[in-house]
Amino acid sequence: MRFTLKSAAAALAMTTALAAPASAELTGDLRIFFNDQNPAPRAAMEGMVERFQEMHPELNIELTLIDREANKTQIRNYLTANAPDVNGWYAGNRMRPYVNAGLFEDVSDLWDGPMGEELASTRPALTLDGKQWGVPYTYYQWGIYYRSDIYEELGLTPATTWEEEISNCQAILDSGRKCYTIGTRFLWTAGGWFDYLNLRTHGYDFHMALTANEIPWTDDRVRETFANWRTLIDMGAFIDNHTAYTWQEAQPYLVNGQAAAYLMGNFLVEPLRDAGMTDDQLGFYQFPEITPGIPMAEDAPTDTLHIPAQAQNKEAAREFLLYVASAENQTIANEVLGQLPVNSNAEVADDKFIQAGFEMLSNATGGIAQFFDRDADAEMASAAMEGFQEFMVMPDNLDAILNRLESVRQRMLED
Amino acid sequence: MFPTPVERRSAAIQASYKALLPIALMMWLLPLLMVALFSIKPDADFTQGNLWGLPSSFAGFENYTRVFTDSAMPRYLINSIFITVPTVIGAVALSCMTGFALGVYRFKGNIWIFFMFVAGNFVPFQILMVPVRDLTVNMGLYDTRMGLVLFHVAFQTGFCTLFMRNFIRALPRELIEAARVEGVSEIRIFWYVVLPLMRPAIAALSVLIFTFIWNDYFWAVVLTQGVESQPVTAGITAFNSQFRAAYHMMSAGSIIAALPPVMMFFLMQKHFIAGLTLGAVK
Amino acid sequence: MAAPITSEPAPPPARGYWRSNQMRIAPWLFLAPGMVFFAIYVVLPIFQSFHISLYRWDGLGEARYIGLQNYERLLDDPAFYTSLWNNLRWLVLYLLAIPGGLFIALFLNQQVRGIRLYKSLFFFPFVISQVVVGLVFAWFYNPSIGLLNPILGLFGAGPVNILGNPNTVTYGIIAAGLWPQVAYCMILYLTGLNAVDPEQVEAARLDGAKGWKMLWYVILPQLRPATFIAVVVTVIGALRSFDMVSVMTNGGPFGSSRVLAYYMFEVSLSEFGFRMGYGAAIAVVLFLIMMVYIAFFLWRMWREERGY
Repeated sequence: MRFTLKSAAAALAMTTALAAPASAELTGDLRIFFNDQNPAPRAAMEGMVERFQEMHPELNIELTLIDREANKTQIRNYLTANAPDVNGWYAGNRMRPYVNAGLFEDVSDLWDGPMGEELASTRPALTLDGKQWGVPYTYYQWGIYYRSDIYEELGLTPATTWEEEISNCQAILDSGRKCYTIGTRFLWTAGGWFDYLNLRTHGYDFHMALTANEIPWTDDRVRETFANWRTLIDMGAFIDNHTAYTWQEAQPYLVNGQAAAYLMGNFLVEPLRDAGMTDDQLGFYQFPEITPGIPMAEDAPTDTLHIPAQAQNKEAAREFLLYVASAENQTIANEVLGQLPVNSNAEVADDKFIQAGFEMLSNATGGIAQFFDRDADAEMASAAMEGFQEFMVMPDNLDAILNRLESVRQRMLED
Repeated sequence: MFPTPVERRSAAIQASYKALLPIALMMWLLPLLMVALFSIKPDADFTQGNLWGLPSSFAGFENYTRVFTDSAMPRYLINSIFITVPTVIGAVALSCMTGFALGVYRFKGNIWIFFMFVAGNFVPFQILMVPVRDLTVNMGLYDTRMGLVLFHVAFQTGFCTLFMRNFIRALPRELIEAARVEGVSEIRIFWYVVLPLMRPAIAALSVLIFTFIWNDYFWAVVLTQGVESQPVTAGITAFNSQFRAAYHMMSAGSIIAALPPVMMFFLMQKHFIAGLTLGAVK
Repeated sequence: MAAPITSEPAPPPARGYWRSNQMRIAPWLFLAPGMVFFAIYVVLPIFQSFHISLYRWDGLGEARYIGLQNYERLLDDPAFYTSLWNNLRWLVLYLLAIPGGLFIALFLNQQVRGIRLYKSLFFFPFVISQVVVGLVFAWFYNPSIGLLNPILGLFGAGPVNILGNPNTVTYGIIAAGLWPQVAYCMILYLTGLNAVDPEQVEAARLDGAKGWKMLWYVILPQLRPATFIAVVVTVIGALRSFDMVSVMTNGGPFGSSRVLAYYMFEVSLSEFGFRMGYGAAIAVVLFLIMMVYIAFFLWRMWREERGY
C-alpha cells in the first residue's frame, strides 16, 4: 500500500516537474544539507531552493551549507543520527558504504520515468547493485588549465602528444618557471595526475579494473604509468614544497606566472577569475595522448544529491530531486556554477571553458571516469593517494609504495 | 633566592638583564607576533608581497569587524560559551561532592574509587571515542551542545575529584569533628562547614576547567558537526576554509578564537596558577 | 542531581535511621552522581573499546566478530609502526619541556620591576588552544608566507619546508607542541622556586656552592614535587597529541607525521576511515602504553597515602 502511494506520488511529481506549474501541494519541512560553501556552488544551490520554494509556497525549506571537506566526514553522522531530507554527495564507489549500510534511499523509481532518459549518461555512475541511489545536478571536466600568455611568449602550442608535452615543459623550465603547480596537502590532487597518466598510458578498461582491485599494484603496467610520471618529476616539472599547500594555496603560482599550468577540475576557473585572470591569459587543453591509439577517456566527476533512508519528508525530497534533475533547473544552476549540466535537454552555458569541456566530454570515446577517490573503494583510495603523494616527493620509494598498496589490495580481497 | 638575585650583582649585569628580558620575550612570542601583525594588514599587503613590513594601512579594525559580520564566528563563540559554562558548573558541583566523600570519610574501597577517578583522568581519551560517540548518537544528543557538555562533565570529574579531594584532605579536620560532636548532620557539614572553606579551590578549578573545555578540539570534532553546535576550536577550521588563503582574516579569526581563555587567565591569574600548580610544592 | 544537599527535616522514622547510619551512607550519597557519570562515560567505554576491537565494523552496518585479526593486522601495518615510532619521538622530545621550563623559570626568578608581567606573558601561550597554536606555527613554517625562512636566511640557512618534508615534519610539530608545554613547566618551577628554603640556599652559599653545583645538589632536590608533576603532565600530553597533528598536517605528508591518537581517528572516523574495530585496536594499544604511566603514578600516590 505504502509503495503504491509512494510511486503514485512520484509519478505525479514527475509529470508536474516536467509540465511545470505545480499542482501537488507539498507541505511540512524540507531539510537540505548541501556540501559546498564556496560562492558559486552556494549561489547555485540557493537559486534551486528559491525556485523550488516558489513552486511550493507551503513547504518550509531549510538549507544548511556544510564545508566541502568537513562534509566528507560528517555525512556518516548525519545519515545515522540526524538525517536531513536531501543531502549532497558524489557518484561512484563513494556511495557504497552508505548504500551497503542502507542509509541511502533507493530512488530507482525516479530513474524509471522520463528523467532516466534525460540523465542516461550518468546512470551507470549512480547505479550500485542494480539500483539508483541519487540524482546528479552537475558534472565538470578535468584537464590542463594553462597560461596562454606564457605559452605565446615562449612560442609554444598546447601539446597533443606526450613528446610535445615534455618538450613544452622543458621549454617552460628553461624560461625559469615550473611546468605545473599543484598542492598535495589534501591528497586528491595527486589522484588527478594518476588518473590521467594511467588512463592515457593504458586506457579506461585497465584503469577501471585497477580501481576495482582486479589488477595487482605490482603489475608492470602500473609501473609503466609511474615511469611516465617520473619523467616529469625528474625534470622538476612540479612546484617545490607542494606537500605544504592545499589546491587553493597552489593557485598563486599560476596567477603569478611562476608555473605555467594546473591539472584541475573546472571549478578552478572561478577562483582564478576572482584573482584577476582574464580569458586571454588562461587557456584549457585536453590531457595529451600518451600511448598512441588508445581512445581518450576523461575524468568528469558527477556531484549528486541523495535522500537519506531516515529522511522525514521523502515525498518532498523526491519532488525536489526531480526538479533538480530537470532541464530547466540544470541550465540555470550550471550557468551559475560554471559547470556542465547532466540533463541532455539542458543548455550548456556560453563560456569558453564550459564549452571546451562539453566538447571534449562529448567526444570522449574512451569512457568517463568519476575520479580516483570515487572509483576506488575508500580504504584503497586513501592508501593509494597517500602513495601518490609519497611518489611525487620520493620517486625512489616506488617499490615500497607499490608493495604496500598491493598488500592493502590483498587484504581487501580477503575481507 | 636562586639564582642569585640580580640586585646583588653589578650594575652592568643588572642593566643587561633588564635589556635581555624584552628581547627574550619577543623571541618567545615571535610566531604569535607574526600572526598579530598579519591580522592588522590589509589584503593588498599579501598580494604585493609586503609580508613583514609595516602594514601599508591599518586594517585591523576592518579585519576584526569582518570576523564578526561576515562569518559564523559569533555563533561558534556563543556555542563555546554554552558548552564551557555548564561544564564548569557541572564538573565542579559533582567533584565537590565526590571530593568531600573521598576526602573526609574512611570507608572500605575509598582509595580504589579515588584511584579509579585518577586513572580515568589520565586515560588517552581516544579509547573512549567510538563508544562515547555511539552513546551520544543513541541518546539523540549527537550534534548538540548538551551531548558535549555531558561528556565533558563526566570526564572532567576525574581530574576535579583528584583536585578537590586533595584540597579537602588539607583542611583542618578539627572543624568537621567539632561539628559532628555538636550533632550536625553530614549533609549540613558539607554545605555549611566544608563548602565555604572550598571557595578558593572552586575558583581555581573553575578557571582551569574553563580553559580546558574552551580549548577542546577532539571531542568537538567527534561529537558535533555544524554551526548549530560546534565550538570555536572546531569552527575555526570551517572559518579558514571560508577565507581560503586570506591570511589576514584567518589570523584575525584565530586571535578571536584564542582570546577568551587568555582574558580569563589575565583576569584570574592568581586562581589559575594556584589551580595549575597544586601539588607542585609539598 | 543536587537534590539531597539542602536536607530539610526528613520524616521522623527515616531520620532515626539516617541519624544512626549516616556515616555509612553519606559518602555513597555524595559519590553517586559523580560515579554514575564517570562509569557511563569513562569506565564502560574503555571495556567497550576492547570489545569493539574484536570486530570488523564500518560504523554504519552490522559488526562481525573476527577475534584478534585486527591486532594481527596491526603488526603488518607500516602506518602503525610509523605512528608508534612518532609517539616515541613525542615522548622523548616532549620531555625537553622540563629542562626548558626550568631554564626559563630560573631566568625569570628575579625581583625586578615588571617581572610579574613578564612571567604572565611567558606563560600565556599555555592557555591558547592547541588548534590555534598549531595554526600559528603552521603559518610560521609555511614556505611561502612564514617568518621562519626569512629568519633562517639571515643566518645563511634554509629555506626549509618543515611540514612538507617527511624527515622534519614530526620535529616541527613537536616544537610547536613544546611551546605551551615549556610555559606550563615554567610556571610549575616558578611556584616551586618560591618555596625553596632560603636558609638552605644561604647555608650552601656559605659552603661555597654556586652555579651548577648549587642547582644540582640544593635546588633540584627541593623541586622534586614540581618535577614529578611536570613529568606526569608532559608524558600524558605527549601520548594524547592529536590536535596539532590534525590541524598542522593531517598526519601528512604521506602519513609520516601520524601518531597513534591521530591514526586511530583517521582509520575510524576520517574521510576514508570506516574501520571502527581497527581504530579501537589502535586505541587499546595506546591505552596499554599509557597504563604503564598510570600505574607508576598510582603506585607513587599509594606510597604517599600510606605515609599520610
